[in-house]
This record gives sequence, structure tokens and C-alpha cells, in this order.
Amino acid sequence: MALEAIQIQEKVNEAFGINVFNYNQEKDIFSFESTTDSITALILFLKNDPDLRFHFLTDLCAIHYPDNEFSRQFAVVYHMHNWYENKRIKIKVYIDGENPKIKTISNIFRSSNWMEREAYDFYGIDFIGHPQLKRILNMDEMISFPMRKEFPMEDSGRTDKDDRFFGRTTDNY
Amino acid sequence: MSELLLPPEHRYAKRIKEQLNEDGSELSILNLGPTHPATHGIFQNILLMDGERILEAEPTIGYIHRAFEKIAENRPFYQITPLTDRMNYCSSPINNMGWWMTLEKLLDIEVPKRAQYLRVIVMELARITDHIICNSILGVDTGAYTGFLYVFQFREKIYEIYEEICGARLTTNMGRIGGFERDWSPEAFRKLDVFLEEFPPAWQEFENLFVRNRIFIDRTVNVGPITAEKAMNYGFTGPNLRATGVDYDVRVAQPYSSYEDFDFIVPVGKSGDTYDRFCVRNAEVWESLSIIRQALAKMPEGNEFHADVPDYYLPPKEDVYTNMESLIYHFKIVMGEVPIPVAEIYHPVEGGNGELGFYLVTDGSRTPYRLHFRRPCFIYYQAYPEMIEGALLSDAIVILSSLNVIAGELDA
Repeated sequence: MALEAIQIQEKVNEAFGINVFNYNQEKDIFSFESTTDSITALILFLKNDPDLRFHFLTDLCAIHYPDNEFSRQFAVVYHMHNWYENKRIKIKVYIDGENPKIKTISNIFRSSNWMEREAYDFYGIDFIGHPQLKRILNMDEMISFPMRKEFPMEDSGRTDKDDRFFGRTTDNY
Repeated sequence: MSELLLPPEHRYAKRIKEQLNEDGSELSILNLGPTHPATHGIFQNILLMDGERILEAEPTIGYIHRAFEKIAENRPFYQITPLTDRMNYCSSPINNMGWWMTLEKLLDIEVPKRAQYLRVIVMELARITDHIICNSILGVDTGAYTGFLYVFQFREKIYEIYEEICGARLTTNMGRIGGFERDWSPEAFRKLDVFLEEFPPAWQEFENLFVRNRIFIDRTVNVGPITAEKAMNYGFTGPNLRATGVDYDVRVAQPYSSYEDFDFIVPVGKSGDTYDRFCVRNAEVWESLSIIRQALAKMPEGNEFHADVPDYYLPPKEDVYTNMESLIYHFKIVMGEVPIPVAEIYHPVEGGNGELGFYLVTDGSRTPYRLHFRRPCFIYYQAYPEMIEGALLSDAIVILSSLNVIAGELDA
């Protein structure tokens, strides 16, 4: 029997209660939210539960929401997949804006090791307990987190590139 | 020597100090890459070696990182395909089509059957190019140059077909929301027929050169094996996972673009070693050829090549000059005035190396709020240090080659 979204919701709700909320079906993916404290337990539960069996971590990435309220400035998104039933879910965890921190899941899924490093590299999210949390795609000397929304696309301090020669001004007018 | 390369607190330096072999020789550090002709791309691996054996490896990546996700946040949707081209540049049409299908899922657009079949053909051609490159280069790395020369001209033939379809060869930027930018020319179909006739004998010959070749078997069997459990934990997908015996294929699990209409088998290996990866890719090429033949045979009549979605599909240029509605649509599309729903979409396609996913978050504006590419290479390359532990240096090259790590996809 195929695994239905409502079954997932019941099981997760039974185990985690109010720590998992906002269940909804977004197109073909069933998704819900969780909290920073219960995320590792939730992922472990989803992976090991004999009915749910979300044994594959498809994707992990971060999002920056500078316009949200302070406690929801960053989000870490987990995509998990159950290949037996061919069911995908998405879990979103919002984190506060200053010193964003969340527990690592790299001891549950080894594939998340580099994905967490990528999220750290671009958003500065601290994955507590990660074995080697350092930059992965950018150079080690970099001090900012370039995928945050406030980070400009081009370096405004560049002197080798005069906008006049490209027929534009800095604000594109 | 080692002090020059690494700070004294580095684990390699410590291990070198601790471990002195009985014969008085000491461990050494070897810098493999970033630019090395045998790695086929820009990756660095700092290896700790005991003679010829690798004890530990530390990979460094990001040498060709181009910030595609950041650029994508500042580009209208239809200008993001050129970015996807440059991820896995060995099979760019798959990336292009994956991106269009993501948008079609977002906008609920139904693509006509004929356009879907054309997409299947071009995606399978791309898969063939990807596997041609991987397998023939694996041959080169084991010392067999001949096979590479036999089949590489067919990559050129496929690029000529791309050229007929979209005008470009390597970075194709092919397709539009809802289909293709123009119908395929008769010349494209003719070239495809010629390819389907000439390629199979060459691929058979290539296979004969390798599959039972003593030297090749000695170099690849039991080299860099990985178990299915470990592979899944490391996030392997695609041929590298199937070589371990798991038959997960996005084309079967979540059929897109009418893959459910075609009969094909998902080849699997057993031990997950280099030889199995080679054989799985070889078998997949035959399956791809069969899918292309089926798609050509089942191709619906007519010349429909795109969905009727004037809001998103650019009208023909001559209409823009003569027709009021077309001019309005043209203007709206180019200026980004088309309605975009607020949504979060994840769409996977089976890329040359595994599940290529597009996670798109929109906020109703003309650019994505966030676009994340799930790049299969990036995820499974993490397992590389573990796979080469205890192997010989020459095996490390072969393993890297058989994993088909594409620098563009690794770094995005």
C-alpha cells in the first residue's frame, strides 16, 4: 500500500506533537516545518521508522529571508525520499537571524556533510557538531557569506571596471 | 619537505611524525591537482602516501565556482538556461530540459506529446554523449587509447544534431518554456537516422575491446568498490549507484516527459567497483538508443513543438511586427511582466551522473527568490577519499575517471 501523506502526518504528529507543524501538500511534495531543537530527532525518526523509511537525503540547502521577522530570517530545507514507496517530503526549519545555528545531521546522513558545508559557506549557518565545518566552494580567506540577500552581485569597490565604459551607472539608470 | 606544504598542526604532519616504517622510510605527501592532465578537471587532492599506497586523501573543490545560484537570483527565468548548460557540460540538454520542466511544473503547463518525445530524444542523446566521454576516457586512463578514438567521433555527430536543433554545440541553451524554440529541421532527423545506423556497430566494437580485455579487467575489477548501503548514505544516484545493485532511476521512479511510454531496462551492477560502473554505463547507452528508436517510431503526427502558452512562450518574430497581441505578449515576456505564482518546487531529472534536482522558490517576481541545484557530482564526490583509501595512486586516477566527476557540476 502506498504511503499516504496523511499517514506520515499522523505518525510524525504522534511522535513529535507541536514540534512539527504547518503540514501541507506543495504540488507533488508533502512538506512540513520543524524546530531547530527537534530536527535531528525528526530526521532520525523519519529514517529509521519501519513504516516511513525515508532513507535517502536528496538535498539540503539554506534560504535567506531578510524581510521575515527576526526568528525566521534563515531556513534550512531538507528533502528526503523513500525509494520503497517512492514518496518525497520536504522539511523546513526556520532559524533566527543573528548567529544562525542548527544541529548537524552529518552523523545520520554522510551525504549532508558537504551540503552543510555549502550552506555554511554561503549563508553562515553554524551546524553544531559538524566534523569539519569550513568553507567549501569559496576561498578560506573570505569573510562574508555571499548568498545572503544583502551581499551585492558585484564588488562595489572594484576600480578596474568603470561603469561609464559599459554605458551605465551603478544604479543602472 | 612535508613541513613546507602543511602547517605542523595538520593531521598529515602529525601522522608522518608518528608513523615511521620499519625500513626507515617515511610517509610522503603528494599533491594531485588542481591541474593535472589525468584528473580531467580542476580538483585538488592532497594525498598522504605510504610508497605507492594512499592512506588518506583530502579533497579541495571550488576552483571553477561561478556562483550560479547567486546569478540566478538576479536573472529572469528564461535567462537561467545558459547557467544550467555550464553545470554538466557533457550533457547540457538534460540540464536545459530539467530547468524548463521545473518551470512547467511551477506554471502547470502541459507540453504536447510530440514535444515531450523530442525532448526524450535529445535527453537520451545527451546521456549517450555523457557516457561516451566517461567510458572512453576511462579507457584512456587505463592505457587504451584506441577505443576512445573509435567512439569519440560520434560525440561530434551528436553535436551536429544539436547544432541542427538549436544552433549550438556544447553549451546548448536549448528549448523554451513549453517546448522548443523551433521545430526540428528534416536535416536533424536525417542526421539522427545516420547516427542511429552508424553508432551501434562502433559502440559494439568499443565494448568488445574492453569488456573481456584482460588488462582492462585487471585494472578495474575490485578497484574502488562501494557497498549499496554506503553509496546510499553518501547520496549516490545514477550509474554510480546502479553499479552497486540498486535500481533507482528517476526516469522510472518519477517519469517526466513521457518516459513511462517507453520500454527500457535499468541496468544494474553488483559490486559497485570501477568495472561495474563501466558496464552499467555501457548498457545504458544501449537502452538510450532503444528509447530514441521507440520515440521516433511512436512520434505523433504533425509539427507541434511547443505548448500553446502565449503568456510564457515568445511569439514568432514576424507576428510581433504584424500582430497586436503578439507584440503585447512579446513585450510582457521580455520585460518580465508575466504572472509567476508564489511556490516552492522541486523537480528531479535523471542527469548523466544521477538525480539532477532543481529546487526553486519563487516570490511572484520575475526572478527566482532562491534556486538550488542538486548536483549529483557534488554529493557523491564526498565518498572519493574513502573510496581511494588503501588504493594505489594509479587506481585513484581510474576511480576518479569512473565516477565521472565533472568540474562544472561539482562547483556550479
